[in-house]
Amino acid sequence: MALDLRPASTGQDRPSPAAGVAAAKPIVEIAWSSTIGKKAVMAVTGLLMVLFLFVHMLGNLKIFFGPNDFNGYAHWLRTIGEPVLHNSWYLWFQRFILVVAVVLHVTSAAQLSRRDRAARPIRYQHHPRWQASFATSTMRWGGIIIALFVIWHVLDLTVGALNPHFIAGQPYQNVVADFQVWWINVIYIAALVALGFHINHGFRSAARTLGIERPDRARAVRFVGTALALGISLGFIAVPVGVMTGVAH
Amino acid sequence: MKLTLRIWRQPGPDAPGHMVAYAVDDIRPDMSFVETLDLLNQDLIARGEDPVAFDNDCREGICGSCGVVINGRAHGPEPTTTCQLHMRTFTDGDVIDIEPWRAKAFPVIKDLVVNRSAFDRIIQSGGYITAPTGSAPEANSTPVPKPVADLAFLNATCIGCGACVAACPNGSAMLFTAAKVAHLNFLPQGRPERESRVRRMVETMDEESFGGCTNTGECVVACPKGIPLESIANLNREYLRSRRRRAGIAPG
Amino acid sequence: MIGHTTGVDIADTKAPRGPIGGRWSDRRFAAKLVNPANRRKHRIIIVGTGLAGASAGATLAEQGYHVTQFCFQDSPRRAHSVAAQGGINAAKNYRNDGDSVHRLFYDTVKGGDFRSRESNVHRLAEISVQIIDQCVAQGVPFAREYGGRLDNRSFGGVQVSRTFYARGQTGQQLLLGAYQALSRQIAAGNIEMHPRTEMLDLIVAEGRVQGIVARDLVTGKVSTYLADAVVLASGGYSNVFYLSTNAKGSNATAIWRAHKRGAYLANPCFTQIHPTCIPPSGDHQSKLTLMSESLRNDGRIWVPEQPGDHRPPDRIPECERDYFLERMYPSFGNLVPRDIASRAVKNQCDGGRGVGPGGFGVYLDFRDAIQRMGRAAVVERYDNVFDIYRRITDEDPYQVPMRIYPAVHYTMGGLWVDYDLQSNLPGLFVIGEANFSDHGANRLGASALLQGLADGYFVLPTSIADYVARHLGGPVETDHPAVGEAHQGVADRLTRLLSIQGKRSADSFHRELGKLMWDKCGMARNEAGLQEALDRIPELREEFWQNVTVPGGGAELNQQLEVANRVADFLELGELLVLDAMVRVESCGGHFREESQTPDGEARRDDEHFSHVSAWEFTGVGEDPVLHKEPLEFSHVHPTPRSYT
Ligand SMILES: Cc1cc2nc3c(=O)[nH]c(=O)nc-3n(C[C@H](O)[C@H](O)[C@H](O)COP(=O)(O)OP(=O)(O)OC[C@H]3O[C@@H](n4cnc5c(N)ncnc54)[C@H](O)[C@@H]3O)c2cc1C
Ligand code: HEM
Ligand code: HEM
Ligand code: SF4
Ligand code: F3S
Ligand code: FES
Repeated sequence: MALDLRPASTGQDRPSPAAGVAAAKPIVEIAWSSTIGKKAVMAVTGLLMVLFLFVHMLGNLKIFFGPNDFNGYAHWLRTIGEPVLHNSWYLWFQRFILVVAVVLHVTSAAQLSRRDRAARPIRYQHHPRWQASFATSTMRWGGIIIALFVIWHVLDLTVGALNPHFIAGQPYQNVVADFQVWWINVIYIAALVALGFHINHGFRSAARTLGIERPDRARAVRFVGTALALGISLGFIAVPVGVMTGVAH
Repeated sequence: MKLTLRIWRQPGPDAPGHMVAYAVDDIRPDMSFVETLDLLNQDLIARGEDPVAFDNDCREGICGSCGVVINGRAHGPEPTTTCQLHMRTFTDGDVIDIEPWRAKAFPVIKDLVVNRSAFDRIIQSGGYITAPTGSAPEANSTPVPKPVADLAFLNATCIGCGACVAACPNGSAMLFTAAKVAHLNFLPQGRPERESRVRRMVETMDEESFGGCTNTGECVVACPKGIPLESIANLNREYLRSRRRRAGIAPG
Repeated sequence: MIGHTTGVDIADTKAPRGPIGGRWSDRRFAAKLVNPANRRKHRIIIVGTGLAGASAGATLAEQGYHVTQFCFQDSPRRAHSVAAQGGINAAKNYRNDGDSVHRLFYDTVKGGDFRSRESNVHRLAEISVQIIDQCVAQGVPFAREYGGRLDNRSFGGVQVSRTFYARGQTGQQLLLGAYQALSRQIAAGNIEMHPRTEMLDLIVAEGRVQGIVARDLVTGKVSTYLADAVVLASGGYSNVFYLSTNAKGSNATAIWRAHKRGAYLANPCFTQIHPTCIPPSGDHQSKLTLMSESLRNDGRIWVPEQPGDHRPPDRIPECERDYFLERMYPSFGNLVPRDIASRAVKNQCDGGRGVGPGGFGVYLDFRDAIQRMGRAAVVERYDNVFDIYRRITDEDPYQVPMRIYPAVHYTMGGLWVDYDLQSNLPGLFVIGEANFSDHGANRLGASALLQGLADGYFVLPTSIADYVARHLGGPVETDHPAVGEAHQGVADRLTRLLSIQGKRSADSFHRELGKLMWDKCGMARNEAGLQEALDRIPELREEFWQNVTVPGGGAELNQQLEVANRVADFLELGELLVLDAMVRVESCGGHFREESQTPDGEARRDDEHFSHVSAWEFTGVGEDPVLHKEPLEFSHVHPTPRSYT
């Protein structure tokens, strides 16, 4: 069974399958078309959310300055951009961005995770002892916990559907009422811990995904990531704790 | 030393496999791990049983042929290749689990032997510098700063063993691909094909059904040649850069 | 025991005459060309993807030929060349230390102890310059100085600094360069690559070599492949000694089957023993590990002055250490050629001054180097070699001096080829370590990588075109009787190996053969010992075919079958190697006959009777082979007793 001795081929290099110089494609398609691209989407959306949460956390701390400050802040949120924008327009714009971010983030996370699991159909009998940090291996679970939390949280404090004492436009009262209930605190604190881990690994991960991390910057990136994670989760946790201990009431 | 080796036995690509335990006596501490497998195989042959198939060639840690997962660690506990792992790292009476690289992209051929040709296809898709024989300028006409040369060299030492894929929880080939991209993209000689190279290699990597990278860092721990995690950051940077330019939204 | 008959002398008909500097360009000009449009009509088979094979495959494919290439490893990148550590020579004279093409030529002829061809060696020296350029362009990360220019170091047997290196991984980096060029052509569809496929026979029809028979090591399928020409780049046969620095898989099957099909095998007894290897630690030893010769640049070799001095090295005062190489060879010191260093080491150990287990070793000491240039510089140069040593011996060379002992490393002998690298069988080309090369009776360090790349990138592509242009017909059809016969022969042999079902593993035969070869035909050889070997080998071969056991079947991945197949060939090649050593009653280079030495134990060459290449013709297993002599002439480097004192 000798092979064909005369296959037609120009002795010249044929472009390899992977080649093919197409015209400029839309960035979205390009980003979505590869694992690295999806990771980049995840990183950018993730960082957006980090930014939102950072601001959100700061805003929440106003609770320690009493009802007027806090509600005033909530009210101000809705007046951003006036008189150019109509009442709450900015807020809706921000919500839109956030929803898009969460959707993109979760979809890419889900798609990549599925792919990753498929890449090892047969698991090791002797389970690998992961060097990797706890946060890494719990990234996916942490994410899911956060997802569930956010849904519940929005229904609880924004929409109010889950909150028996909900008073529209009175977030201060809502929050304080909320945190009278011990198990609500538990849920919040649990979620915030998960969030802390998520950001801690997530930030560094994002830095690498976006190629921002370089040998000389590695330590700085790590530091910022941990600082953000601690800052954000502790900043948030301060609220339920504050209410429980009666510092804020 | 007496050791018990629990080894993955699989007659062929499509046949089912399972772990089989073998007791191996008179192992000397200064034996290498592959010599221990030799020892076992000589017993098996004497007993008329089928010896364990495993890849190896240079037995010096440079060809990248050898590679098994030992107690859940690619290439075993030491930061080296299976052939350079010596039995003095184990203690008498240990039970050692030996499994093949596990990845969709590395199907098992027999026992501990897997098919790593996906790596070759990644290189074929762009892991080279186009320099037809005879077309080369005088070697010293392009000086390469020592730090750059050293960085390129560090990445060039990858032996293509596949331990990174075996160790990665996602069966990702990022470290292997990153090493080659770093080696060639850092060098002035590699600049002209900088973008097409990284684009094609990443595309092929994805087509070969490796997993994605979630920056777990397991690969780096397993890598016998110390390819650093920064190389992965560099791969991402190079790739995104090439895509931005493709989308026409980056100067360069 | 077999003897031999002497046939007619042969000559290298392709070597051009005239001034040596012009011969290569004359040959290039005289060679016929194949026009680019026609190249795609021709297919060339290349067996091997080491430096020689990979560079040849990439270059021929670039030129437009169809290439079908084979290697037994799972990837071309793993060819044994990858293990080369030290470096590659080139007459760039970047150091301005008096190097030149002529000096590299001179050093190589002299280093080869005047048993190589002047024209070949000169061509090698000329091409060396282009090779570095080519490799750098491919992205081979050679060591650089701070100015960004290429760095050099010196190697055994020379007094200039002309060796280019990449840490201790030069072979790996050069091979990756060639492998990447090869990969580019595979992607381009110009090369059909068959990894995990082993050549098991050569197809000779109508007086020309027209293809090969090969076995797919995964499925066990035996297939025939036809082409206009066949190139063997299958490496050396050091593993006939079982313990060598070669990779476990390195074997002689490709060249030996070619030999059995009529190709002459030249100077099989010219084997190189490398002085700086890690001493064997026990009988479980499966191979020996080399440590780059470059270590001899900065390490100092010594033994305790008193035989049987078992004090730890650091307890032995300076005055009681004998730096014997520096003492015996003042001008070259620790950098004398390999054969001389190895023999000196052996003599020290035989004299009872050896150190380590069984007294098989001498010290290679970096204490002074660390003091002189600082630990950092030593790390920079040798760290990965030290690391190999540390892993294997569990000793730290930065603290305790290394122990080294010689080991078989390289085979200068190989298939006979003419100036065009074509064997006596038309259509069969042999490149790299597989041919009897340009190294005469002893190869200079860092010249094998050079030869492999010179053959593959520059020489073969020129000379093979000349052959193809003269045989435009293309190969025979698959139904030609010779094709079926070769295919059947291979199939039968495999079935036979599987059906013996004896008691001993192929490996045990290999070990026994290896020990015999090392004891009787190793570093020093004498008639009585060679006799014994010649008596014993046929018996061993006999027993092998009666009593070997190969588990498993033929239609699957069967590593034992692969081993058995290779050992069977070593059992035949070994005999010829010993016979060649027997017939060459002189000492030259790596071949040391105790009958032929000076009173102070130095090798005595006999130019009057042995200034020739011994090319052996196969007549049948256990039959007397025919010896064809190719007289050597030296018009540019006058043969002198080789002195390095
Ligand atoms: C440890 C070590 C260190 C060395 N260091 C140096 C150095 O520093 N400098 C230097 O110049 N030289 C050095 N050498 C020598 C040099 O490495 C070799 O001589 C050279 O690499 C040989 O290259 P090659 O291409 O001829 O063969 P190889 O690289 O051995 O390649 C042989 C190829 O043939 C294939 N093959 C063999 N048989 C078959 C078959 N039957 N069917 C199919 N395929 C087959 C193999 O798969 C492989 O691809 C060293 C050698 C060793 C062992
Ligand atoms: C809403 C539900 C969420 C899910 C399901 C989710 C899931 C994931 C997963 C699976 C990853 C990949 C893990 C890895 O790359 O190592 C990830 C990464 C990340 N997540 Fe989330 N996450 C969620 C919410 C968030 C939130 C609220 C933030 C912001 C605080 C965030 C920030 C990040 C960042 C910065 C990354 C790193 C991206 C990268 O690795 O490039 N995620 N997320
Ligand atoms: C103790 C912690 C927290 C408190 C007290 C808190 C409080 C609040 C309050 C009062 C609102 C309503 C604001 C308004 O309607 O004016 C709100 C909205 C919101 N919170 Fe939180 N929050 C906390 C933690 C979190 C966390 C951890 C996340 C995400 C991971 C989150 C995501 C949101 C989102 C998405 C909204 C809706 C914003 C909008 O209406 O556009 N919050 N939060
Ligand atoms: S990166 Fe490291 S682990 Fe992965 S293939 Fe290369 S050498 Fe092996
Ligand atoms: S382990 Fe896997 S997830 Fe990335 S960092 Fe290494 S490839
Ligand atoms: S056998 Fe070559 S790296 Fe282990």
